[in-house]
Amino acid sequence: MAAMIEVDGLCKRFGAIQAVDDVSFTVERGEVLGFLGPNGAGKSTAMRIITGFLEPDSGTVRLEGVDIRDRPIAARQNLGYMPEGAPSYHEMTPLGFLGFIAGIRGFSGSEAEDRIATAAQQTQLGSVLYQSIDTLSRGFKRRVGLAQALLHDPEILVLDEPTDGLDPNQKHEVRTLIQEMAANKAIIISTHILEEVDAVCSRAIIISHGRIVADGTPEELKSRSERHMGVAITATRETCRQLVADLNALNGVRQVELEPRGLFVKPVRGSDILDPVRVLVRQRGLSVADIRLEMGRLEDVFREVTIPGGTGPGGTGDRP
Amino acid sequence: MKVIWILFRREFVSYFVTPLAYVFIVFFLGLLGAMTFFLGGFFDRGQADLAPFFAFHTWLYLLLIPAISMRLWSEERKTGTIELLLTLPVSATQAVIAKFLAAWAFAAIAVALTFPFWITVNTLGEPDNGIIVAGYVGSLVMVGAYLAIGSCLSSASKNQVIAFVLAVLVSLLFTVSGTPLVLELVSGWAPVLVIDVIAGLSFITNFEAISKGVLDLVNLIYFLSVMALFLFVNIVLVNLLKAR
Repeated sequence: MAAMIEVDGLCKRFGAIQAVDDVSFTVERGEVLGFLGPNGAGKSTAMRIITGFLEPDSGTVRLEGVDIRDRPIAARQNLGYMPEGAPSYHEMTPLGFLGFIAGIRGFSGSEAEDRIATAAQQTQLGSVLYQSIDTLSRGFKRRVGLAQALLHDPEILVLDEPTDGLDPNQKHEVRTLIQEMAANKAIIISTHILEEVDAVCSRAIIISHGRIVADGTPEELKSRSERHMGVAITATRETCRQLVADLNALNGVRQVELEPRGLFVKPVRGSDILDPVRVLVRQRGLSVADIRLEMGRLEDVFREVTIPGGTGPGGTGDRP
Repeated sequence: MKVIWILFRREFVSYFVTPLAYVFIVFFLGLLGAMTFFLGGFFDRGQADLAPFFAFHTWLYLLLIPAISMRLWSEERKTGTIELLLTLPVSATQAVIAKFLAAWAFAAIAVALTFPFWITVNTLGEPDNGIIVAGYVGSLVMVGAYLAIGSCLSSASKNQVIAFVLAVLVSLLFTVSGTPLVLELVSGWAPVLVIDVIAGLSFITNFEAISKGVLDLVNLIYFLSVMALFLFVNIVLVNLLKAR
């Protein structure tokens, strides 16, 4: 069976800027794909092409096997999309707005009412249903946009920064909601909040300057970090000084770095140095507060792959 | 069809939740009344007809209709709702037609609210009500043509002010092309055929023909053609937004 979302060789150029550059991937049912990338990397443009709002210069998008350009209306029937900024008609109330969406989606009567009630409940809009959207807080506006995308219980969901502007509790709720729905849908969310990837995504793609620069599960991506399988030692400055030389001499150690609260031992890729480090510390009879294995941080990988020329603090991946 | 109806209803209702509708209607009726009585000499003419009333429709529409139409697409582009709208299972054609019809229905309400004029002439004298009906029909198709121009140009810009100015400019061309001012400009050198065509393209000429009671099919078809042409371009422009 074809994948739910098939994206093949998308390219899109705006004047001199190559906004999307040969992007290909597929998303299967049950997957939550995280779209990561610096601001202006082409995430929103790619999503606009996938949902058929923009036409690519080349490449194809198929939703459940239906080409979005050949049969746009059919392809969108089973698609829920929340565009960047969660636009909605601000003069309407959430109830009126969702009623409009329900009508467009072909629901009427009690079925429409049920759909609206469910979507409002999922996004916790109950308290503001009769207030004009204009007067709502940013978090509520975002949830109105989310409710609109969920209303017809689509099998394909594309959400552009679904948790932007929400407070931590609301973020948690939206993430839980996405996780609950994930089993029988194919979902793409874009975000620049890396913890979100850990929280909800089964797979992540990092985009920079329109290109895919990394693609894998959050664990796979983390394993690309140079801190992956590294050992953090929390100890006093004096203890650290005594340890450095010996640690450097250990087999499998690539580099030892002094950090504010102790040491960080980076391994040669693929070697497990936790036990040797522990043994060494015990042999030297030194007391340390903590020895901990690190799995690497997405943040580091993100910086490595999106900042040209390494992980230095200068420069960003942003486009003008 | 159902989709158009749902889009139409949303758009139409949206006029009345903001003060825009009420401000527009009050302004339209007030201005039309003032023009009819003071400039048109409604009473002084001593005739029971609505000729001075209809005579000002063209000029009033020229300035006021772009104020309704300017938001049709510009606003959606500005606020980003166009992205929502065009990623729903809705075609550009359906959206253009629904929005246009909603604006037309709103304008029709404004025109219908001029009924006291009709009552007045019927109270004061015995007018030819057939001519008055023809005048209203003409006014409605003309307002549709102005709206189609405005809707089309509204999709050309994110900025409502620009959309307004463009609509007034293009509407002005269609309005004045039949006036002596323009015809004298070309009459010196252009062949008669060209002059006839230019005169024939005028909203004023076509509307006068209808409102004098000569409900000629040609004039109706003229206005309907203008609507069709600009709505077609409107659809093309909305589709082009995708290929930016």
